[in-house]
Amino acid sequence: MGFLDQFWQLTIDGLMVGSLYAVIALGYTLVYGVLQLINFAHSEVFMLGSFGGLFAARALLPDDGSVPGGLASVGLVAVGLGVGAICGGLAAFTLERVAYRPLRRRSAPRLAYLISAIGASLFAVNLAGKEFGRQNVDLPDLFHNGTVFTVFGADVSTQSLVIFAVAVAMLIGLDRLVAGTRLGQGIRAVAQDADTAVLMGVNVERIIIVTFVVGGLLAGAGGFLYAMTFNASYSMGFVPGVKAFTAAVLGGIGNVRGAMLGGLLLGLVESYGGYLFQASYKDVIAFLVLVAILMIRPSGLLGERLGRAA
Amino acid sequence: MSTPPAGPPGTGGGAATVPLRIAGSPAGPAGSSGSAGSSGSAGSSGPAGGPARPAWHPSVLFAPARLRQLGALLLVGVLAAIVTGPTGNSDKPLQAAKDSIVDVRIVLYLGLAVALWVLLVLGAQLRGALERVSAPVRAPVGAAYGRRGGPIVLNLVLLAIAIVAPMVVSTAAQQSMVNDIGIYALLALGLNVVVGYAGLLDLGYIAFFAIGAYATAYFTSQTAMPWHAPFVLNPFFVFPIALILAALAGVILGAPTLRLRGDYLAIVTLGFGEIIHLVANNADNITNGARGAFGVPHLSIDLLGIDYKWGIDPLPYYYLLLVIIVVVMIAFGRLERSRIGRSWAAIREDEIAAEATGVATLRMKLLAFAIGASVSGFAGVLFASKQFFNPQSFSLQASFFVVAVVIFGGMGSRLGVVVGAVVLQGLAFYLRDKVPPADRYIYFGAIIVIMMIFRPQGLVPSRRRRREIQLVEEGIGAADSLGVAPTGGQR
Amino acid sequence: MLLTLSDVEVAYGAVTALRGVSLEVGEGEIVTLLGANGAGKTTTLRTISGLLRPRSGEVRLDGRPLSSIPAHGLVGAGVSHVPEGRRVFPSMSVRENLLMGAYHDRRHARADLDRVVALFPRLAERIGQPGGTLSGGEQQMLAIGRALMSRPRLILLDEPSMGLAPMIVQTIFEVIAEINQAGVAVLLVEQNAASALRIAGRGYVLETGRVVLAGTAAGLLADDRVRQAYLGEDVADGADGPAPAGGGAAAGPAHGAAVPADSA
Repeated sequence: MGFLDQFWQLTIDGLMVGSLYAVIALGYTLVYGVLQLINFAHSEVFMLGSFGGLFAARALLPDDGSVPGGLASVGLVAVGLGVGAICGGLAAFTLERVAYRPLRRRSAPRLAYLISAIGASLFAVNLAGKEFGRQNVDLPDLFHNGTVFTVFGADVSTQSLVIFAVAVAMLIGLDRLVAGTRLGQGIRAVAQDADTAVLMGVNVERIIIVTFVVGGLLAGAGGFLYAMTFNASYSMGFVPGVKAFTAAVLGGIGNVRGAMLGGLLLGLVESYGGYLFQASYKDVIAFLVLVAILMIRPSGLLGERLGRAA
Repeated sequence: MSTPPAGPPGTGGGAATVPLRIAGSPAGPAGSSGSAGSSGSAGSSGPAGGPARPAWHPSVLFAPARLRQLGALLLVGVLAAIVTGPTGNSDKPLQAAKDSIVDVRIVLYLGLAVALWVLLVLGAQLRGALERVSAPVRAPVGAAYGRRGGPIVLNLVLLAIAIVAPMVVSTAAQQSMVNDIGIYALLALGLNVVVGYAGLLDLGYIAFFAIGAYATAYFTSQTAMPWHAPFVLNPFFVFPIALILAALAGVILGAPTLRLRGDYLAIVTLGFGEIIHLVANNADNITNGARGAFGVPHLSIDLLGIDYKWGIDPLPYYYLLLVIIVVVMIAFGRLERSRIGRSWAAIREDEIAAEATGVATLRMKLLAFAIGASVSGFAGVLFASKQFFNPQSFSLQASFFVVAVVIFGGMGSRLGVVVGAVVLQGLAFYLRDKVPPADRYIYFGAIIVIMMIFRPQGLVPSRRRRREIQLVEEGIGAADSLGVAPTGGQR
Repeated sequence: MLLTLSDVEVAYGAVTALRGVSLEVGEGEIVTLLGANGAGKTTTLRTISGLLRPRSGEVRLDGRPLSSIPAHGLVGAGVSHVPEGRRVFPSMSVRENLLMGAYHDRRHARADLDRVVALFPRLAERIGQPGGTLSGGEQQMLAIGRALMSRPRLILLDEPSMGLAPMIVQTIFEVIAEINQAGVAVLLVEQNAASALRIAGRGYVLETGRVVLAGTAAGLLADDRVRQAYLGEDVADGADGPAPAGGGAAAGPAHGAAVPADSA
């Protein structure tokens, strides 16, 4: 089959994966916005959220291995999302407290933050490997995964629909949060000029921790969605992490809508590219995209302001 | 040590408060007599008790700041119990953690946490005592170091130890001294140029090491990999080739990235490292894939009447490495004090000023990056000719480990990074039978974070870097070339 | 006294920026702080608003020490700081910028927004435009307007005339006087000593981190050293620049004479 025959299927797959990248990318972009710092350990927040959601949903599944349906399915997905989000939020909170805050109090040089994050990441990955084993962990089906409808001959499965819908809902929710609430006002003020934000009565310390937690909630819920399509493992964070970061840079790091756009675009590029070249080079494509943006348009498609597009 | 992870309430200052030295400030929490309050600016100097410290009273123990500190330490104790506890699996995800906590061992860890807390509370007094005890030892060493030629004497003593050490240890330890300590010391010396001198972060450093190793397999053997050169070279001739190849890769990677923010370099190098690893692992008909390269010949010389072959015995490799490390240390010492080294220092401390005074900042960063890469490539040749290797040696974690070595030892300090390699690889060697190999990275990760919190200048800090870090924390200049400091820090 | 600094010392690491500054601002007053570059004027303001912490000495608001209030709590206590270089949020609209001024307490935001826009009609025309695209003068108005949104009792103004055309400077100073008329105390840091002293009631002169002169605006305007050093006038004979203490300070007119700070 040619590319054109597959085009719509690839588009649907790309959008689904891309929406996940976008959700994770928001964590990078939010933290970058307020701290001007790449949170290298964000991928581990994602991983821990994924495990949390997976284990919670699995614990509630019937023992006989049957696939639940109806309200039970909705409930299971909701529990998985919720627990995943909470685990992600907790992980992000702990990360900020342990790996970043002591350095901030000392106004340590920037390099120290990156290195501290790498240490935290190394610690979290391998601790998860020790606690949960080093194999892939599958999440059994939480609902009957059939084709809901077709678009131009391409199947849209229940699963892709659920993932895409939840991801988009989270994206919209976050956009509203940043654009329309007092918290969002504070986040944008800190992102643009932290010193002046303090003069306006913004508690920067609190905004920072809340930003981490919000990014963690999203990544955790995103991790659960990821485990639904793929699986979970201690080392699962790295590849989606780099891709989400690429998405954030693609859209313009620090820019919330940019991260969303970047995530969806990257998902599509990867989906088409993986078909045109070879599926095993998907990961390489994301990386090449990253290098290409850095060379051509380092400020990303929508520019780097957290304030502007929100 | 007085800034626990959970963070003391400090001076009650706002987030963006530029930390200034606070002497006798009324802002400090009443009970903790400034120790939690003013430690922020004192960096690693521990509880900053002034000379006129008020008499100690047991109620100090129960000040809110102290109790919070205790809470944090207890949490760390629980975490330590989990880290050292049994291994779990995904079928019962919380079982291992539960077994670690619901166990007699937990008493030990909590006890240790409380003990550490008491030590911290009594810290100031204890520090005094400790300094009195260590003074007779430190004074002569310090004096010797301060005297003209003193460092040379110290270095010669260390060199003598390095020469004698392998003769008194087991063969397994000798192997580790070559494969782990020696190679990683060399790698760390190279990465130190990037991280310590130029203030950049390279997270794919091991990729250049892989380039060196695979280049060796390509040029020296017809059988090691499916893909090989039409001729066979002596491994010694591969040294310059690997050096140039790695430096070239560094330039190709660095040139587009270094123009941008420094932290982008970190992520691009991270991706690059992963791609090299992926390719090495997957390209079965080029690199032999996950099985690795077998049968790369050992080093040998047959030149000017000297005919020597390195073999299975680790000792000759050890001494060869030692010579190379000493040469590299001397060379980098000269480099550090040269015009180039001064340019790097200028870039770290104030990039704009450096640019304005005519330092070609981009070129200098690229140079550091290329020099670092070439050392890594060079080490790869040694590594490949010493033993069989597979892509596992070039994983992301290996890159992180080299970073850990540099940070732990003291970035910018040549002696420091070598000491870092000795200590961390020594720790890895010590842990080799005690925990599964992959679990060791839990400890290394923890060490990195702890070092960043309490002793960012490293074990054996370079004097210049220590001063830079201190100045940055006081709000003056910079200590890396990654651009503006993060929010909440100094601007 | 609304604001009192007593013997405040501030250091950046090893560099001491303020060496024992004492000053006062009363309810409803305009007080100006003069001095050359690097004298410590901005440092003083940043210390008052809690961005810097004094090494010793104390800042009090209504007699209460400010050290117990975090920097972000100062707006709530009634102090608003218009920082040097205006620092409007570049990609927030004018309206959003103004609303940031009411961040700590949004109850009166809507009414105050109308009030501020009435004070600066220019801002009304630009209400939806990003702050970063405004001209320097407009940005200054925005920064002052933003500070007013918090209903302060004391405004700290750092070089409001910096880099602006004379006509706009005049407008800005008129607005400052108007704000003051409404009962807001102003601590004004200025290089433009003439304009500042014209609207101020009292003033202090800072030099290398110390208050070297203090007095009424009229007294300072008449002081030879002030005229020579900060108003750029030729003074036939007199001390070469402000003397640190004692000496020829008594030269001023009897009423409201500039008194060297040490003896004040």
